[in-house]
Amino acid sequence: MQKVSIEINGKKVSREIEDRTLLSTLLRDILSLTGTHIGCDTSQCGACVVHVDGKSVKSCTLFAADIHGSKVTTIEGLARNGKMHPMQEAFKKLHGLQCGFCTPGMVMSAVDLLKNKKNPSEQEIRDWLEGNICRCTGYQNIVAAVKEAASKM
Amino acid sequence: MASSLIGSRVERKEDKKFLTGKGRYTADINLANQTYAYFVRSPHARATISKVDISKASNAPGVVKILTGDDLAKDKIGGLIAGWKIVSQDGTDMKCPPHPPLANNTVNFVGDHVAIVIAETLDQAKDAAEKVRVDYKVLKAVVNTGDAMNSKPIHDGIDKNLCYDFLLGDKGKTDEAFSNADKVVKLDLVNNRLIPNAMEPRAAIGDYNPSSEELTLYTASQNPHLSRLILSAFNAVHPEHKFRVVAPDVGGGFGSKINAYAEDVVVAWASKKIERPVKWVAERTESFLSDNHGRDHLTHVELALKNDGKITGIKVETIANLGAYALVFATVTPTYLYAPLLIGPYDIPAACCNVKTVYTNTAPTDAYRGAGRPEATYVVERIVTEAAKEIGMDQAEFRKKNFINKFPHQQCLVHNIDSGDYNAHLDKALELSDYKNFENRRSQSSAKGKLRGIGFSTYLEACGIAPSAVVMSIGAGVGLWESAEIRFNATGNVSVFTGAHSHGQSHDTTFAQIVGEKLGVPIENIDIIHGDTDKGPFGMGTYGSRSLAVGGTAIVKACDKIIEKGRKVAAKMLEAKPEEVEFKDGEFIVKNSNKKKTIGEIAFACYLPGTYGDIKSPLPEGVEPGLVETSFFDPSNFSFPSGTHICEVEVDQDTGETKVVKYTVVDDFGTIINPLVVEGQVHGGVAQGIGQALYENAHYDESGQLITASYMDYTMPRADNFPEFKLGFTSTPATSNPLGAKGCGEAGTIAAPPAVMNAVIDAIGEDISMPATSEKVCNALQKNKKNKEAA
Repeated sequence: MQKVSIEINGKKVSREIEDRTLLSTLLRDILSLTGTHIGCDTSQCGACVVHVDGKSVKSCTLFAADIHGSKVTTIEGLARNGKMHPMQEAFKKLHGLQCGFCTPGMVMSAVDLLKNKKNPSEQEIRDWLEGNICRCTGYQNIVAAVKEAASKM
Repeated sequence: MASSLIGSRVERKEDKKFLTGKGRYTADINLANQTYAYFVRSPHARATISKVDISKASNAPGVVKILTGDDLAKDKIGGLIAGWKIVSQDGTDMKCPPHPPLANNTVNFVGDHVAIVIAETLDQAKDAAEKVRVDYKVLKAVVNTGDAMNSKPIHDGIDKNLCYDFLLGDKGKTDEAFSNADKVVKLDLVNNRLIPNAMEPRAAIGDYNPSSEELTLYTASQNPHLSRLILSAFNAVHPEHKFRVVAPDVGGGFGSKINAYAEDVVVAWASKKIERPVKWVAERTESFLSDNHGRDHLTHVELALKNDGKITGIKVETIANLGAYALVFATVTPTYLYAPLLIGPYDIPAACCNVKTVYTNTAPTDAYRGAGRPEATYVVERIVTEAAKEIGMDQAEFRKKNFINKFPHQQCLVHNIDSGDYNAHLDKALELSDYKNFENRRSQSSAKGKLRGIGFSTYLEACGIAPSAVVMSIGAGVGLWESAEIRFNATGNVSVFTGAHSHGQSHDTTFAQIVGEKLGVPIENIDIIHGDTDKGPFGMGTYGSRSLAVGGTAIVKACDKIIEKGRKVAAKMLEAKPEEVEFKDGEFIVKNSNKKKTIGEIAFACYLPGTYGDIKSPLPEGVEPGLVETSFFDPSNFSFPSGTHICEVEVDQDTGETKVVKYTVVDDFGTIINPLVVEGQVHGGVAQGIGQALYENAHYDESGQLITASYMDYTMPRADNFPEFKLGFTSTPATSNPLGAKGCGEAGTIAAPPAVMNAVIDAIGEDISMPATSEKVCNALQKNKKNKEAA
C-alpha cells in the first residue's frame, strides 16, 4: 500500500492504494469517475484516455503510484463552468458519437491532438486517432468533429 | 414549428451525458454490499469433466461462494434456448443439445462456463478462481465448418453434427431453369467468422431483495423484456412479476447483446442464493471467447442465364456453423433471414436454397449486424458480378436488365416487396461515384504502380422485423410486435415509453422528433424512456432494423389515441362536436372559428376533471380522467430497404496492401426522420462491412483455441483504414407502416462486403476469400503472375 496524491480535474486528492492499482482503476473504482471507460485488456482500444500533465495517455497503462504529484484531467473535467469544451460541442453538432462508450477517450485524445497541431489535415487526424477504436461511427463524423473543433479553437 | 421536425438534422438529446462522462453503463453501477464475480471457463474446446473441486478455492481470502453446474441442476435452473424452431426438409424438427449456463459434465468451446467464483473484491475472485481444480478429459475437437458433418458427433444423439437440413424454394422449377439456361455461372464462397466487438464489454449485476423478494438484473442488453421472459420462463430464475431487468446505457450491441447469456442467468440466480448483489464485467478476452460470433458460412452458388443477360434461376447450397450450441436467433439467421434474400433485388423466376447448419467446438454464432442478409447479399452480388463479366456486360447495365421494376412484387421464395426504385439509386450512385471516369482513375493508379479495381453491390434487405403471424408460422417462439406508452403529464410535458432499446441508435432524439411532430410539443419537453422492465410495457427490443418501422409506428399509434381522446375533451370544453374539432401543431381548433385549446390545456383538464374556481374542465360523459395511451403495433409486412454501393480499391503490388480509396453509397430507406443520425448509421455499417472484407477474421486453430482473442490479434478497423464515404439517398416510402420508414441500421454491413471484394477481385484478377489481407492478396498476385507467364 502507498499514499498517492494527485490533482484531478482541479481538485487535490490523496488515497492509500495498493501498489498494483492502475490509474484507470483509481479513477473508476476508487474515485467514482466512471466517465473513463475500460474497453479492452491490452491497451489497444483507447476508451480510457485521460490527460496526465496535459498529455493524453491510456490510463490503463499507468500505475497510479507512478504519477504521484501529477495533474490529471478526465472527461468529467473537460467542460468548464457548465460549458462544454469546443471538442465536445463539435462531437455533438456533427454526430461524432453513437453508443458513447469510446467517446470519452476519443474526445480526450482529439483535444491533445489540437494542442500540438492547430489545423491538422484529415489524414493527420485519422493517423492520430489510430489508437482509439470506435465500432459505431465508421470514424467519419469523429474526423469531421475534430476538424470543426480545430476551426473553433 | 412541428411540421419541420421529421426530416430535420436535429442534434442528439442523449449526447451531453456521454460527452461529459455522465453515461451510466452497467459496469459503472455499484451497489451497497456488492460482491464480485469471476467465471471459471474451459481452456479446452471439447472435454468431459469428471470433477470440479472447489475445496481449496472456497477457503481462499474473501471468497463468498463458489457455484457449479451441480448447484444449478439442484436448483432446477433451466438451460439457454434457441428461440426459433426450424424444420428440416424431411419434416423433422431441428436438433438442439442441452445448454446449461454452467457446464454439467461436458464443455464444448474454449470459454464455456464451468463455475462462478464470488468474492468481496474482484482480485480475490480471480485469485480464488485459479484454485478451482477441474478434472478435464480432453476430447478431439471439431472446429471447421466443412469438416463437421464428416466428424463424430460432439453432442449425444445429433448425427453428423447436423442441427437441421433446410430447404427453401421450388427445386423442380429451379432445375428446369438450369437445364434451359444458355449459361451457368458457379462460385464457391466463404463468409468469414466475425466477432461483433461492441466497445462496451458485456456486464451483469444480480441484485436480490430478500425483503420484497424482488430480483433486479442490470445487464448490457438490447432487449431487457425478452431477457426477463427467457430468464423467467425457461431458466426459471425468478417469476416474471417479481423480476426487473434494467439495460441502462449500453455501449453498442450489433446483435451480440440480444441473447440472455449464461452470465445473466448465473449472477441473477447467485444473487438470490447469497442475498447480496453479484457484479460481473467481462474482460475483452472473455468477450472474444464468449460473446456470440457471427457469419461463418461455406456456400456453393450457381446462376442460370440467358444469352441476353437475363437471369433465370439461382441455386444455393450453404453449410452454416452454429458453434457449440444453438442460441436465440441462431437458427433463423442462416434460414429465413438468409435464404429468401438470395434473389437480391432481381426478378428471378426460380430459386432454391439448401442450408445445413452444423455444431462445432467453437463459440456459438448468432445474429450479428445484418444477420443472414449480409451472407445472402455476398452470395448474390458476387455471382451477379461474375455473370456480368462472363457475358461481357457492364455491371450497371446487367443489374438494370434484371432489377425488379414493378411493385408490389411477389418474389418466388418468400417476400412480397411493397416498394422500391432500384434504377434510381443505381443511377444516382453512378453519378456520385463519377463512374464514367473510372478508367482514367485506374490509369492514374497504374502510373503510381498501384492496381485499381471497382466493385458494385446493389442490395435488397428485409427488415423491420417482423409480422408476428408470419414469423410464428415459420417457427418463431415470440411475436415481433412492439409497444409504446405515452404519458401526457398534467404540466404539459410528455413521457414516452418504448419497448425498443437504444444502444447507439439515437432513439432519445428520433422518437422525440416523431412525438414532437405528431403532438406539437417541443422535443425538449419529451422524454424517451426505455431499458427498464419496471417502467414501460413489455417490448421486444432492438435488432433487425426494427426500432423505427415497428417501435416508431407504435409511438405514432399511441399519439393518435392521445389526439382522439384530446379531441373529445376539447369538444366538450369548446362546446362543439368532436368531429368539428381539428388538431394541428399542438392545438385543437373548432372548424371555421377561433375557438381553440392547446394540447397542454387539454392534458391539464384530463387530470383536473371538474370545476374548481377558474378551472372549468368537466370531462365528457364516458371519458376517463388522465391522458395516457398505449399501443402495440404488429407490422403487416417486413420493410425492404435497398441501395447501391460502389467501391474503388487500390492494391499495392509489392505488399498486397489493399486500401479503399473511394466509397459511394446511395440508399433508399423510405422516410428518414433524422438525416444526421441515418448518415451515422450508414458510416458505421459500411466500416463494419469493409472490416469484414479486408481486416476481420475469427480464427480458431486445429485444437479449437481462438487465436484472435484480443485487439492485438483480431484486426478492428481503425480511423486510418477508411476514406471519407460519399452518401446519397433516394426515397420510396414503405407502405407497411404509416411513417413510410424502412430501417437503416444494417444496410452498411449488408452491402459493403461484396462491393469491396468485387473491387479487390477486379483489381487483382484473382478470386480470393474474405478478409483480403495483404498476405492473401500478395499470394493471389503471385499466382496471377505465374498463370500469365505460363500462358
